[in-house]
Amino acid sequence: MPETGAAGRATPLLSVERLTMRFGGLAAIDDLSMDVPANRITAVIGPNGAGKTTFFNCLTGFYKPTAGSVRLNHPERGALRLESLPSHEVASLARVVRTFQNIRLFSKMTVLENLVVAQHNVLQRASRFSLAGLLGLPSYRRAEARALDKAADWLRRLGLLDKADVPAGGLPYGTQRRVEIARALCVDPLLLCLDEPAAGLNPRESGELNELLLRLVEEARLTLLLIEHDMSVVMNVSDHICVLNYGRKIAEGTPEEIRNDPQVIKAYLGEEDAGDTFWTVLTGTRS
Amino acid sequence: MALALQQLINGLTLGAVYGLIAIGYTMVYGIIGMINFAHGDIYMVGAFIAVTGFTLLAALGVDSVAFALLVVLVMAVSFTSAYGWAVERLAYRPLRGSTRLAPLISAIGMSIFLQNMVQLTQGARVKPVPPMITGGVDLLTVDGFTARLSYSQILIVTVTVALLAAFTWLITRTSFGRQQRACEQDRTMTALLGIDVDRTISLTFMLGAALAAVAGVMVTVYYGVVDFYIGFVAGIKAFTAAVLGGIGSLPGAMLGGLLIGLIEAFWSNYLSAEYKDMATFGILILVLVFRPSGLLGRPEVEKV
Amino acid sequence: MPPFVAAGDAPTWAERGRDAAGIALIALLLGIPMIGLTTVDQGGALRVLTRWPLLAAFVAAVFCGRLLLRHALDLLKRRRRGRPGAAAEDEESGRRGVRMIGWAGWLAFGAALVLPLVFSDNRYVVDTATTVLIYVMLGWGLNVVVGLAGLLDLGHAAFYAVGAYAYALLSTQFGWGFWAALPVAGLVAAVFGLALGWPCLRLRGDYLAIVTLGFGEIVRVALVNWTDFSGGPNGISSIPRPSFFGLPFAPSGDAPTFAASFGLEFSPMHRIIFLYYVILALSLLTNALVSRLRRLPAGRAWEAMREDEIACRALGMNVTNVKLSAFALGAMLGGLAGVFFAARQGFISPESFTFNESAIILSIVVLGGMGSQLGVVLASLVLVLIPEIGRDFSEYRMLLFGAAMILIMVWRPGGILSRREPTLRHAAAEGGHA
Repeated sequence: MPETGAAGRATPLLSVERLTMRFGGLAAIDDLSMDVPANRITAVIGPNGAGKTTFFNCLTGFYKPTAGSVRLNHPERGALRLESLPSHEVASLARVVRTFQNIRLFSKMTVLENLVVAQHNVLQRASRFSLAGLLGLPSYRRAEARALDKAADWLRRLGLLDKADVPAGGLPYGTQRRVEIARALCVDPLLLCLDEPAAGLNPRESGELNELLLRLVEEARLTLLLIEHDMSVVMNVSDHICVLNYGRKIAEGTPEEIRNDPQVIKAYLGEEDAGDTFWTVLTGTRS
Repeated sequence: MALALQQLINGLTLGAVYGLIAIGYTMVYGIIGMINFAHGDIYMVGAFIAVTGFTLLAALGVDSVAFALLVVLVMAVSFTSAYGWAVERLAYRPLRGSTRLAPLISAIGMSIFLQNMVQLTQGARVKPVPPMITGGVDLLTVDGFTARLSYSQILIVTVTVALLAAFTWLITRTSFGRQQRACEQDRTMTALLGIDVDRTISLTFMLGAALAAVAGVMVTVYYGVVDFYIGFVAGIKAFTAAVLGGIGSLPGAMLGGLLIGLIEAFWSNYLSAEYKDMATFGILILVLVFRPSGLLGRPEVEKV
Repeated sequence: MPPFVAAGDAPTWAERGRDAAGIALIALLLGIPMIGLTTVDQGGALRVLTRWPLLAAFVAAVFCGRLLLRHALDLLKRRRRGRPGAAAEDEESGRRGVRMIGWAGWLAFGAALVLPLVFSDNRYVVDTATTVLIYVMLGWGLNVVVGLAGLLDLGHAAFYAVGAYAYALLSTQFGWGFWAALPVAGLVAAVFGLALGWPCLRLRGDYLAIVTLGFGEIVRVALVNWTDFSGGPNGISSIPRPSFFGLPFAPSGDAPTFAASFGLEFSPMHRIIFLYYVILALSLLTNALVSRLRRLPAGRAWEAMREDEIACRALGMNVTNVKLSAFALGAMLGGLAGVFFAARQGFISPESFTFNESAIILSIVVLGGMGSQLGVVLASLVLVLIPEIGRDFSEYRMLLFGAAMILIMVWRPGGILSRREPTLRHAAAEGGHA
């Protein structure tokens, strides 16, 4: 059994067991086991090419893992095996929603439309395969109003309300990241997987991101799983960190434990440039 | 047995022609990721230049077939390459970097334009060219049917093989070939390395057009009739060949061409000549559905 | 024409002359084998004919045209550079453009309504307008697949054919009327759409284009060769024309006719005008349906899929259903247009459903501006009227058609009307400002 981090003694929301993903002869993920405790922030870190995004792709049904299992303890549906679900059911049934490293917004559509598309399944059901929608029945109109309210609510909370009618593709990078998170939130996720949410943000923006992530866990009772390179984000918000290198888990624990783990330091110092930055952050020599 | 052998020969000959055209599709697709819809019509232009060339030489009293062939090949290749260059410069280059659909529509427009231009300037009627290369070798006679390898078929296969050898050398061994392959991999990076990407793309179009022109000359010699509409069907079949072989792959284009040629020859003989086009397209659809990367193409991992 | 203009100051006339000479040289090279030389058939043998004066004229025309074009482009550029606030102006003119498009839509609608009344004795005008409307309807149907869902379909004529043959067979073999056959033929076409969509689910853009092209050809080849079923290359003739809800358009006789029932004198124009209004109603219905769907989850899902399929999946959307619904609806609308086409012509053959037809329909969608409903109308007008206007020099019409396709694309790669209207507005939902 994988060791459980300090944060989650209770049943974890997500347990990954012996997950392996091979591309040809290369094991991008090698026998990875870890738990994601509910209502906490768990971070997955590691040098470039460590298999972090592949791990996300296996979780969210974009890749079929070669071996191993990913079990989600869904409060209503019981245990779900994510690795056997197609990608859209990972989001619609299991309510595990992700964002992408290279932002994937519907760029010609407005921010508001992006957030309404995220509520497609609810709205499509309400529109009775477009019939109720075409006829403009009140039941559909109510559902649409609710969807707009929810979208506006998240936009307000993320400070995006003034961008609602702007095409998403024209927004600055940092704003696009926030829109993508807002869009994912409109799916009502149990588990939100963020792939490098701080990439490309300036220090002020990543400070805001920290606050947002903490607030999501506190107020919206979400569970977050994030891949991140920005150590100021990882170390400040994570309850639990899992370190990958060459597809293997080399360490796991609280930020404090990770900071002092000789294995981790070695993995990062192995690469000169990334290691330096990482080292300075780990040891706190950079503010 | 003799009949099957005959179909094999016919199929390979036809396939060689498809393969030559298919290389143009596959190279252009490889380098700028677009279907050059007008490529079939470039081949048709090549065939028309061949018709004019042969007639002109006959009028000038040239009787050496080898000399006539050589002159017509040079003529068709040079003029058709100019057409390939102009098509890219006028209809595709201004659209580089815009949506995926814009160049496709522009290419369809170019195809319509070329067809009608030729119809207007050269006439709508079928152009007959008297057979220049007659005779052949009888290979096998079974039950009164003789399988025959005609000299024109030998010519087509020989020219195709020679061209392929030269072409492989060009792509794998020369500096242009390296630039061409670099552009296929990453155009921006290639440009940053100081390579003139526009020039490389232009040359790619010219090379594709040159091969199509050779195919046009061969078809003129082989069938002896040409009209302004031959580009459409041949173009689609050659494109099918390129996709079947794995688009972007040069040996794949040739292999695809040969397969399409063989399928067509055998299907028309043993099943039904009317439905031979349907067989081609049916196979295309099956390949794309079950092996979208084609026979020799590299499978793509979905990038998330 | 492509923007050949180099950056920097306006070139001198000498530079322009050199540039134009270069272009003229290329024109000469291209012109020699096609214009300078030609072959004519003389008693079974070909003879070469030279046309050097024509070639010289062509090269001279290219030279002068290039000079003038270059001059015009320079002027245009200089004027543009002279205005610093161009960007802000563009935004403003864009907003004005949206309002104008709204007006233009209503204007076109009004014109379409009164057109046959104004030209009630001009068969040619009403017939041409009917043709425009058929293409408008075909374009609107394909717009769902290509413009909204972003699925490149080069075989739309196949669905058009399915609809036309379904009606032709239902009416000639089983005696069905136009109005009864219309929905059935639409459904048959939708089933064909699903049948095509199913294998295409995993294909990327260009491959999809080729598969749809192949599908279109398969349908056509089947129609040509399956003689027992489709009449082969001869097609199906004497397809019944639609009646005015049971009242035939015929000279007065024993049975009640349209003219007799309304106390009018019989005129063949009645049916022409009636057909015009039928296709107008069909296309307006199509437009209403598609515009409404665009504002519903189904339509937004199409557009979202066009923008990013992977993101759609990550948000829990079943992309299979989204794609198939687009294919089915597009095919059904194409089929309905086909029914009308068969009923109007009274005769159909595979000739009417070639790849060229698919290419024209696709061009209408792309030239108009993908996803823009009014753009489809504009493009249909342009593409139907160019050959019509060119009838006086009819050999040149398809040449002009091809050239126009290239020029419009080079001029506006996004199509004539490329502005996208949002389907939702926050301002509308909140009642406040956006």
